[in-house]
Amino acid sequence: MILTWLIVILLTGGLAAWFLGSKYGDWARWISLASLVLDLVLILYLWPAPSAEAALGHNTWLIEYNQPWIPQLGISLHLAVDGLSLLLVALTVFLGIISIICSWNEIQESVGFFHFNLLWILAGILGVFMALDLFLFYFFWELMLIPMYFVISIWGHENRVYASMKFFIFTQAGGLFMLLSILGLYFIHGSNTGSYTFDYTQLLGTPLSPTSAVLLMLGFLIAFVVKLPAVPFHPWLPDAHTEAPTAGSVILAGLLLKTGAYGLLRFVLPLFPDAAASIAPMVMVIAVISIIYGAVLAFGQTDLKRLVAYTSVSHMGFVLLGIFAGNLTALSGAVIQMLAHGVSTGALFITVGMIQERIHTRELSGMGGFWAVVPRLSGVGLVFALASLGLPGFGNFVAEFLVLLGSYRVSFVITVLAATGLVLSAIYSLWIIQRVFHGEKPEGMQMPDLSTREIGMMAVLIIVILWIGLHPQPFLNVSEQTLNSIARSDSSTQIPIRGGVQ
Amino acid sequence: MNVSDLSALLPLVIIATTVIVVMLVIAFLRDHKLTAVLTLAGLAFAGASLTLVSPMLPHRITPLLILDHYGLFYTGLIFIASFAVAALSYSYLEIHEGHREEFYLLLLLATLGCAVLAGSMHFASLFLGVEILSVSLYALVAYLRHSDRSIEAGVKYLILAAVSSAFILFGMALVYAEIGSMDFTLIAARASSPGVRGLPFTAGLAMIIVGLGFKLAVVPFHLWTPDVYEGAPAPVTAFVSTVSKGAVFAVILRYFSMVGVPISGPLFIIFTIIAIASMFTGNLLALFQSNVKRILAYSSISHLGYLLVTLLASGAMATTAAAFYLSAYFITTLGAFGVVTILSEKDRDADSMADYRSLAWRRPWLAGVFTAMLLSLAGIPLTAGFVGKFYVVAAGVGSGLWFLVIILTVNSALGLYYYLRLIVPMYTRGGEEITAAARLSLSGSAVLAGLTVLLIWLGVYPVPVIQMIQKLVQGLT
Repeated sequence: MILTWLIVILLTGGLAAWFLGSKYGDWARWISLASLVLDLVLILYLWPAPSAEAALGHNTWLIEYNQPWIPQLGISLHLAVDGLSLLLVALTVFLGIISIICSWNEIQESVGFFHFNLLWILAGILGVFMALDLFLFYFFWELMLIPMYFVISIWGHENRVYASMKFFIFTQAGGLFMLLSILGLYFIHGSNTGSYTFDYTQLLGTPLSPTSAVLLMLGFLIAFVVKLPAVPFHPWLPDAHTEAPTAGSVILAGLLLKTGAYGLLRFVLPLFPDAAASIAPMVMVIAVISIIYGAVLAFGQTDLKRLVAYTSVSHMGFVLLGIFAGNLTALSGAVIQMLAHGVSTGALFITVGMIQERIHTRELSGMGGFWAVVPRLSGVGLVFALASLGLPGFGNFVAEFLVLLGSYRVSFVITVLAATGLVLSAIYSLWIIQRVFHGEKPEGMQMPDLSTREIGMMAVLIIVILWIGLHPQPFLNVSEQTLNSIARSDSSTQIPIRGGVQ
Repeated sequence: MNVSDLSALLPLVIIATTVIVVMLVIAFLRDHKLTAVLTLAGLAFAGASLTLVSPMLPHRITPLLILDHYGLFYTGLIFIASFAVAALSYSYLEIHEGHREEFYLLLLLATLGCAVLAGSMHFASLFLGVEILSVSLYALVAYLRHSDRSIEAGVKYLILAAVSSAFILFGMALVYAEIGSMDFTLIAARASSPGVRGLPFTAGLAMIIVGLGFKLAVVPFHLWTPDVYEGAPAPVTAFVSTVSKGAVFAVILRYFSMVGVPISGPLFIIFTIIAIASMFTGNLLALFQSNVKRILAYSSISHLGYLLVTLLASGAMATTAAAFYLSAYFITTLGAFGVVTILSEKDRDADSMADYRSLAWRRPWLAGVFTAMLLSLAGIPLTAGFVGKFYVVAAGVGSGLWFLVIILTVNSALGLYYYLRLIVPMYTRGGEEITAAARLSLSGSAVLAGLTVLLIWLGVYPVPVIQMIQKLVQGLT
């Protein structure tokens, strides 16, 4: 029941924020904050105690809720969380809180409707991370798009209409292919067993002919790599990220992209293990192309926000690589990368947002010498640029290291190429630092430094990214059991995570 | 025809009686409100009488008509939709000059024709239904006599509908010549017997399809649609795109799926081509429109294309899908045209994009309703359109029509673009000053509120409706 509450709280909170916020703007902010904090408390309550972690090995789902919804079609309200979902659910609520705080001053128009959209996106994302019924999953998958579309197209920057339209059509078209695959699986399972159901646990292990397995898997794969995004399905991303308001960019980069990765882990690998293994080399090549392409294009941008957007393509390439390398080490790396990228890129977008709020441009040519003017903002920016670079001590380092370690045992060449991505990321990160925080300061540059609200928010983000970087073990422990069941059985020569990284 | 036949006909009798009563009342007392109330009451009684006759099902009334669960469902849908149209018309006609009362008379007659179609089992009743419907629509489309557009649309509709009726008649004659009967069941039984020559029979069926295709406005018989949608008064457009199409689709579905004339060979190819062409033409041409009513016209063409997939899929699931999709389509289309109706002004309908600019900041509720309706047309969750589209795709996949289903999928993505193009301006800032005198008509708002509730209810908890539909499908197969 707690799981439904997580979603219901956000949905009702959103409605309340809308109605009250239309009169008193600040009410909307406080209501949204309160409902997210309430969610966070519930999630911490669900968090397995360290002693209970061993018990995770026996029971797959920490908590489960199953109620028939449309029994005529075999659709049920089936929600459940395991370690993997729990990490992502926690990330969702955490970044949700951050995005409310970071838009405290930025959003002044139709505050109520904005927060309604924000909370409904988060509710949709939570649903995606918890749904164990394929219809329900698709339902939430689509549900989160509309409010995101509104956030970009109403509160976005200059080119928002184009960007939001592109975002919507790309992801929606991808989703429709997934719908076809879901239905194909539903009918194949139904005609084999006589029970027509969308339930994930029952559909697992449906015997499929190799051809139909590959075709069905491709439907899912397209939806997820569009969301991830991998080259060549990425064109929506730079536009959407750049044009969205700060909170929108944080949620897009931090959470929406993760739903694609989560889908691969939860559905593609377990439902179609053989088909996924057969195309894994191809996907890994795509992943490497994304890593390098994203990094190279990031370096070529003159718009700071667009630059950060392209780094997402590069970072999510590591996630894709880790997922399709398929062994436990690489999968753990992918999960840590999801968390670390969510926090670090989210923070970078917030930094860009704070700069834009102050000097009203995102162009690199209008920046420089910030260190002298706003030391605190520059310090924060430096930290996250270095995190994005993959400096040891930050979460991204652990993640990329694990991914490369895991993929090394699958393909030497691919790993070497992927590792060049680290060099490229060093180049663009240092480029940001050089162009924005050092160098000549433009004439008459004056702006206020971080306020208390902003310092508090950034401090929390820094603590979290350092925590992931310095002591990733709790995160690995929580997700290990899920990943163990996903990891490909043939890669038996695992490096034991528990002993290996500690 | 005996007493039980007559009582089974009660819903149709009530509508016919209402027509006469309204006609007499107009003769003695011209009162807009009174006429509207009588019409609404007649439709409500007719709807209520459906529950009275439901115990006698199925009941064959003369060779012409049958009253069964299937027909009852569609009749109910038609009555509810007509009720909504009548209520919307009231607020629309209030601001227009001229004689308003006859409008309701024609609307009731058209409804009667549709109800006949939903229950018809015979070519004669099919043709009767089509003609009652068409003749009333000629006048309804051209009802605003002071508007050139309206007159033009009326004439266009008149000519094309008359031609299509001729096609239907000729087709019926060909089929009759081969089969020797105009009864659906007999046609189905004899269709595959050795004495029947394939060519004239198929040609006859094809001509009937052409004629009915005009009514459904599927490609390539769609050319009248945008002009008529644009020219007709907004509530009439709502009627044309929902009730009239729904009734014709119901009779086609009954003919092919229920009675069992198999869709195979050339017929299958014809329907596949029509479906694909309708989806693509509707969606692609809608991209280039700037008039809201024309966009909705093209969108309705593509939706009929989706609906044809259920016809091709055939089987219990497909019939359920068709009924559900039509219900969702009715709600959504009525809602969308309802918003157009309410926003319309005295001298023109609210059909330009500019009318919707920054609507969300001027009239937030209306913008919310319109957004919900458009999202439902696009098939987005929480709306009836989502479940409907899901059902149609499921039916297609279930029957292995992968090619059609993939085309449908591609088209849904195409369609998104123009629905979003309508939604975006509503949320753009900067047009607040064009505040038209905000009329708040009670009947119109009530209808819109009801439709929105239905839309979300069907999108979130469709179980009761699905159960109802499944019952009627079981009763017939």
